[in-house]
Amino acid sequence: MSGRYDLIIVGGGPAGLAAAVQAADLGLRTLLIDEQPEPGGQVYRAVERAGRDGLAARLGPDYGRGAVLAAAFRACGADYEPGAQVWQAEPGWTVHLTRDGRSRAVQGAQLLLASGAQERPVPIPGWTLPGVMTVGAAQLLLKASRMLPEEPVWIAGSGPLPLLYASQLVAMGGRLAGYLDTTPRGRWRAALRHLPGALANAAYLRKGLALRWALLRAGVPVWRVEAVEACGAGRLESVRFRTRRGVREAPARVLLLHEGVVPNAHAGMALGCAQVWDEAQQAFRPQLDAWGAGSVTGLWVAGDGAGIAGARAAEIGGRLAALGAAHALGRIDAAARDALAAPLWRERGRHVRVRPFLDALFRPRRSVLVPPDDVIACRCEEVTVGRIREAVALGAVGPNQVKAYTRCGMGPCQGRQCAATLVQVIADATGGTPAAVGYPRIRPPLKPITLGELATLAEEEAA
Amino acid sequence: MFRKLPDPTSGGTVTVTVAGRAVAMAAGDTAAAAVLAAGLSHCRTTPASGAPRAPYCMMGVCFECLMVIDGVPSRQGCQTPVREGMRIDPQHGGRELLP
Amino acid sequence: MASADVLVLGGGTVGAAIGYGLARLGASVALLDGADTDARAARANFGLVWSQGKGLGAPCYQRWTLDSLERWPAFAAELAERTGIDPHYRRCGGLTFCLGEAELEARRAQLDRLRVQGGLPEADTRLLDRTELQALFGRVPLGERVTGAGFCALDGHVDPLRLLKALHAGILRNGGAVHAATPAERIAFDGRRFAVLTPRGRFEAPRLVIAAGNGAGPLARQVGLEVPIRPERGQILVTERLRPLLPMPASGLRQSEEGTVLIGASKEDAGMDAGTTLAHAAPMAARAVAIVPALREARLVRNWAGLRVLTPDGLPVYAESPRWPGAMLATCHSGVTLAAAHAHDLAEALAAGRLPDRFAPFHHRRFHVPQAA
Repeated sequence: MSGRYDLIIVGGGPAGLAAAVQAADLGLRTLLIDEQPEPGGQVYRAVERAGRDGLAARLGPDYGRGAVLAAAFRACGADYEPGAQVWQAEPGWTVHLTRDGRSRAVQGAQLLLASGAQERPVPIPGWTLPGVMTVGAAQLLLKASRMLPEEPVWIAGSGPLPLLYASQLVAMGGRLAGYLDTTPRGRWRAALRHLPGALANAAYLRKGLALRWALLRAGVPVWRVEAVEACGAGRLESVRFRTRRGVREAPARVLLLHEGVVPNAHAGMALGCAQVWDEAQQAFRPQLDAWGAGSVTGLWVAGDGAGIAGARAAEIGGRLAALGAAHALGRIDAAARDALAAPLWRERGRHVRVRPFLDALFRPRRSVLVPPDDVIACRCEEVTVGRIREAVALGAVGPNQVKAYTRCGMGPCQGRQCAATLVQVIADATGGTPAAVGYPRIRPPLKPITLGELATLAEEEAA
Repeated sequence: MFRKLPDPTSGGTVTVTVAGRAVAMAAGDTAAAAVLAAGLSHCRTTPASGAPRAPYCMMGVCFECLMVIDGVPSRQGCQTPVREGMRIDPQHGGRELLP
Repeated sequence: MASADVLVLGGGTVGAAIGYGLARLGASVALLDGADTDARAARANFGLVWSQGKGLGAPCYQRWTLDSLERWPAFAAELAERTGIDPHYRRCGGLTFCLGEAELEARRAQLDRLRVQGGLPEADTRLLDRTELQALFGRVPLGERVTGAGFCALDGHVDPLRLLKALHAGILRNGGAVHAATPAERIAFDGRRFAVLTPRGRFEAPRLVIAAGNGAGPLARQVGLEVPIRPERGQILVTERLRPLLPMPASGLRQSEEGTVLIGASKEDAGMDAGTTLAHAAPMAARAVAIVPALREARLVRNWAGLRVLTPDGLPVYAESPRWPGAMLATCHSGVTLAAAHAHDLAEALAAGRLPDRFAPFHHRRFHVPQAA
């Protein structure tokens, strides 16, 4: 693995894998770097192992698609760096990766970020207590490690993923003490405006209904809730929730939260990629052309990291970006590129048309976006929403100044869990919009490497 | 906090110690998963206030699972696959650099 | 239209200190601060409150710096007491590390000259050899290339962001106003009052202070001041929070109250580009671990950059408008060290209506730049 690559892909989920296959097919020298030890990203985590004992069948038919992709990737001839974290990329591109505390650099003409999505942070009272996790975390533990949460287990969330996980948990022999549906009332009405688009891909909707049925058949109590709190001293002990009838509290060992997914845009931001505010998804995503080219030359973004559209749409996005990159490198002319892309556009259209309906249906309740004052916004530095408001009152009306006044976003996660809340609270406190407020400046390193690793770059140079 | 289901197809048991106690995991599991399987109430206390924390996202974007692995602090447990004999310990407060 | 006694254009450490100083004297201050994404040297600062190495050949600047240091403890205490925001100022002495013999000798020569120039006692500022230095560091081993360090008992450090926040809060506490996202665009003068036009409206006052850092040029020009300033990029690294490790701050290496270790800073000519580069970050990390090898294992959390505001000789410029009485400019790259002096001596001078003679050496005529008529 030496010399210069045509295309370096960061991320081994559906977008990255499909891009690698497409790029290799076009004769591009391709490298895929992924922090996981096996292909699949989050949605297809551990998919190569799952087939062996039938877990794949119980995880649902969509999951099996990952095995097909992974196999195609393994066979396509692209170079593969698993278990490695990209911590910096400098234009040209020189990409620095670290594994086991040792850093090395690779060169590539084009860089594709396929880092996928992360769950939207869910800042509820008590969300930092041990025992409170995301639904996605529990699903990863199921897929990769065959682990189930200890009871009593509660799920509080909105959207397709908590339903899917609840059914998987039950299918694997787990028990759910309760399912708290946080989807606000009235969302159906708002979503119905997009129904024609939704009906164009009825499979999504049928799946959701089937999952709800499975829950009810399993005897899981389901409540419609307006507020959720995690309670306990030093660890989660109970969950408190408010329904239309009043407040209830129940013992809990594990509480799994989910309020949708948002693009994992961190790396692109650190590399200077301009962002746009997506009002429907209530998240920032990179500003891209139709092929996935970002505002920085030679930088592409594909998959959920470009905007939430699901795993199948991510594959198509990856292929389109690979075509775009190949064209940028002069390895395919525009006519050939467009001919290959035509069926991809059509297929992506079908997947994308259902998004406005889902985005409207599962738009999070306001208190998750703009929490009460005593809720922690920044987990790393333990900064509450109230402190953010105090900073705004002092005259800090932008995210960078508020960050400077409060330390919100200065911890190891560098804003991944708190910048969204920071921006929403500032917008609320100033009567502005997240789009106008903007995002705090993201800087390298993308992963916290040691000073020694960084120093080695200079020490080797001097030697 | 989480229990392991029997997995006949795993490549074999990988035994690690979590806070001094032996825990049987499998190849492909992470140190954060081991902490959850061991039933530890928390994997670290925060430098800012000493509050107890445990893994939250399991995918590397929350940095709650910072723990001491084989004597090296501040390692993201969810990004560290288990190895036979790995020593996993909670991390208390700010990191100590001196022996 | 809003009216005040003094308009301060620029809410960085210089503007906020001047604004605070005027407000505590009873003036009605309106601070006009620019956009969140402006250059903002104040947010990129390293945090030293420092005299070492400053003002060789410029005794007025050395004096100004030492005067500020002398005021700092009371200044910090008053800020904390008035606003409830403690800037975490610690005067514990400061070091300038030397690696190798050449650095040590150069530092010794500079230190001696500065001590003589300033008439300072040896106890306050001297060179420490490796043995003395290691004794100070106790259990923390020094790298083998460390030969010693310059030391000044008067030096220390502060949290520059808490300082900025406290100054803004101090202005509000003393009845002033802070207008965020309100960049000054045009300045007019009718003979008695200045009118400053901004996207958020018009502000008027009989006095005006331009403290807009790297953005000062176009504003200064409007009041007839042509001051040569240029940006100089400095990059800084910050680690995760660590247990207490460093006994006192050093130039380029200090540990914050939260426990993070800051490493800095480069000196680059990059125009207005506040991006970061490994070409500078890596050598900075290498020097830090050469000084304190235990830092090798510390995790780097962020690499940022800021743009210093430099005059041709690196000294401040304080100048009154030749065209319109009541307007003046203040600029420097040591806004943190000089914050106490800005909040007291400079603010008092401004309140009295003119800059006394001690500020004459800081006028930019020293650069022989022709002033706009």
